[in-house]
Amino acid sequence: MPKVTELHVNGKTLGVDADSERSLLSVLRDDLDLTGAKYGCGEGQCGACTVLIEGTPTHSCLTQVGKVGQKKIITIEGLEQHGRLHPLQEAFLEIGAMQCAYCTAGMVMSGVALLRRTPNPSREDIVRSMEGNICRCGTYPRIIAAIQRAAATSGGAK
Amino acid sequence: MKAPLLLDSSFEAERYELHAAPVYHFDLARRDFFKVLGSGVVVLLLIEEVAAQESGGGRRRGGFGQRRPQELGAWLHIGEDGQVTVFTGKVEVGQNIRTSLTQVVAEELRVPISSIRLTMADTELTPYDAGTFGSRTTPDMAAQLRKVSATAREVLIDLAAALWQADRKSLAATSGKIVHSETKQSVGFGELTSGRKLTKTVADNTTPAVEWKVAGTPVPKIDGRDFVTGKHKYTPDVQVPGMQHGKVLRPAAFGATLASLDAKPAEAMPGVTVVRDGEFVGVTAPNEHLAAQAIAAIRAEWKTAPQISDSELFDHLKGKSADVQRSGDSIAQKPDSSEDKPPAAEHKLQQTYTVAYVAHAPLEPRAAVAEWKEDQLTVWTGTQRPFGVRSELAQAFRIPEERVRVIVPDTGSGYGGKHTGEAAVEAARLARAAQKPVKLVWTREEEFTWAYFRPAGVIEITSSVEDDGTITAWEFHNYNSGGSGIRALYHIPNQKTEFHQAHSPLRQGSYRALASTANHFARESHIDELARLVKLDPLGFRLKNLQDARLRAVLEAAAKTFGWGKNKPSPDHGFGVAGGFEKGAYVATCAEVAVDRVGGTVKVVRVVQAFECGAVLNPDHLKNQNEGAILMGMGGALFEAVRFDNGKILNPRFSRYRVPRFSDSPEIEVVLLDRKDLPSTGAGETPIVGIAPALGNAICDATGVRLRSLPMAPKALKI
Ligand code: FES
Ligand code: FES
Repeated sequence: MPKVTELHVNGKTLGVDADSERSLLSVLRDDLDLTGAKYGCGEGQCGACTVLIEGTPTHSCLTQVGKVGQKKIITIEGLEQHGRLHPLQEAFLEIGAMQCAYCTAGMVMSGVALLRRTPNPSREDIVRSMEGNICRCGTYPRIIAAIQRAAATSGGAK
Repeated sequence: MKAPLLLDSSFEAERYELHAAPVYHFDLARRDFFKVLGSGVVVLLLIEEVAAQESGGGRRRGGFGQRRPQELGAWLHIGEDGQVTVFTGKVEVGQNIRTSLTQVVAEELRVPISSIRLTMADTELTPYDAGTFGSRTTPDMAAQLRKVSATAREVLIDLAAALWQADRKSLAATSGKIVHSETKQSVGFGELTSGRKLTKTVADNTTPAVEWKVAGTPVPKIDGRDFVTGKHKYTPDVQVPGMQHGKVLRPAAFGATLASLDAKPAEAMPGVTVVRDGEFVGVTAPNEHLAAQAIAAIRAEWKTAPQISDSELFDHLKGKSADVQRSGDSIAQKPDSSEDKPPAAEHKLQQTYTVAYVAHAPLEPRAAVAEWKEDQLTVWTGTQRPFGVRSELAQAFRIPEERVRVIVPDTGSGYGGKHTGEAAVEAARLARAAQKPVKLVWTREEEFTWAYFRPAGVIEITSSVEDDGTITAWEFHNYNSGGSGIRALYHIPNQKTEFHQAHSPLRQGSYRALASTANHFARESHIDELARLVKLDPLGFRLKNLQDARLRAVLEAAAKTFGWGKNKPSPDHGFGVAGGFEKGAYVATCAEVAVDRVGGTVKVVRVVQAFECGAVLNPDHLKNQNEGAILMGMGGALFEAVRFDNGKILNPRFSRYRVPRFSDSPEIEVVLLDRKDLPSTGAGETPIVGIAPALGNAICDATGVRLRSLPMAPKALKI
């Protein structure tokens, strides 16, 4: 069985030894102990496993690790820079946009991708691009508010 | 020493629960608090006192009035470094009790939030706790911790008084120090406790809510940073050295038994261990992918028996109803005929309402990591009943509870769905066979199939109303869904309310507010129907028949903020109101919907909810709970239903079982009524009961069509 021996994650090249058929989610979590991305459904329906691959929000549960190649992966663990949280992480904290927070990593990653594409998203933009992420605790109104706050505080940049 | 487990007196869901577990009576003398924590001050609360206090809460059932064994309720340690460690068996599942409990400790002890650490839900370290359910954390555990902390504060004042030979009346605790009001001397808590090993049991010296400075304020979620950075370790994130991944072979249908099994292809896979123990079949493998492949390679044949489908459900529930009332149950009220009036100018109404099974679908599925070290078992698992799961494990493996440790990391929600320990037992069984630690994470499909559901039910109401809007008779029968929230708060002289058990074709159990949602849906829909019958405004009609001042207050507050009585923005919009009471808290919900009759869709435009649960501990988290409950409740109200046929779940995935998403999110406004004169009660459940009837009433207002089955849309609306 072909093996994957390295992945580019959060600005580092990390050695792994994983069957290429395994999901990226499982390799990140089980082999690299990057457990921020969560399993919620395994069928691309909940967004809890969202990571960025070359900036594109991607369901890591449905991504075979063998298909990732040299592409650059960013997980929730890679957002903090020099001890400073991403403005969206800050906004989640300020607004209290979570309850159990199991969805939070996926929400933040999807939200970061949205803000990169659309620095000043409208409510409709947010709803449309976040529709694939489930928060079973129902904190959607707060997540929308957090994304709007992050857009405002980063002055539409980032 | 062993006695039947005595669950919390307010725990109304007993018939759905596993509660045959023995009580672990732990020996106070054997526990050396200081060995683990170093010297300092320890304050203990004995639960006997708590049980006595709870009995004032009413709603006590047969068997629940007994005294609990003398047991620790909560305890707290103040170390030489001034660090306060609080121990409670409660579980954090997103209701943010880690924060609210920390707040009450900070309030009473007069220390900053940052110097308090809660150790929660670890059977080795925390006192016994029946479980985190029934909205009891705030009324029970917050009250206990307030007392424990207030006592600790008084102990520290005593110590300082002795140190300075001062009158304790001139001493006060503030910011982690004891300060002398005249000499301005001060000494830190840590310094005071230094070198001591002092234990003390509790007296009541708590601070009244009107004087609160930390409790009652919007303190942000404790450890919030760990959640937004992905650092927090939920159960599925726990790793232990040498750990394998487990998977369980699931039967072809509910109740199926194994006819034949060929596991050889799986056994031949390198690194795979196959376990068979009676009907239990599972595998372990070095990674998840291989474990899944190994399970798929097992050839099994199952003997199944025919079972009913969801289309026959409601006839089944009613037809098979045994018509028995639970003994010691306070639900059945006999009609009081003394106030019977002549039936002149009366309208009679008889209607039937139904609710479907719904799934909790917590985003973190059931999961466990189990590790045996010799004959000691440690299990990390997301459960609302760590001590109950410890009993399940001890029984399953026939070992004493002392040899089992259950640790519950802050968990990816539960909603009443994680009272049992299936994943824990399965992981432990696999780990014992593999002789290595094993992690087992249920798939979404397993979670949708092998967990339990919120009960389905049929509710029949017969009532009479006079022309002037006085409700004169009320007869209410609930089949299967349960007794919580069943009693009408309306002042109706002639009432009869009964709950009838039935045989449920699916495994059912607790769920956020449980039957209260069904009972409120039926009652508040029916009340609306009565108001229409006599052509009265639904809000005015409710107020006319209500004497309960707290329910009136929330209804009036919600209506005011909503702008009740204003004109519809367009004919396809409708307004609805509903009110209710459950678990010591009051809720009123006003909703605006827009209905598309051609597409048969309902859009929830706006929801205003007023909520009152005594003195508010954390207004922001209380609002968050209300918002979340409204959204979750919209799912059960409008589209969630578990479909089944012949012992199989037909929609065990998010692609087939629709849950609320971003696009469903309405404009929500929550109005909190903060009653500092009343004890705080829990708020994780009650905020969910108002939304379904408010939406049904709004849909009827928009269309004239009355929907009496949950979920409501788009059935019957399409033209
Ligand atoms: S776990 Fe990948 S989308 Fe749900
Ligand atoms: S906060 Fe619990 S799932 Fe989103």
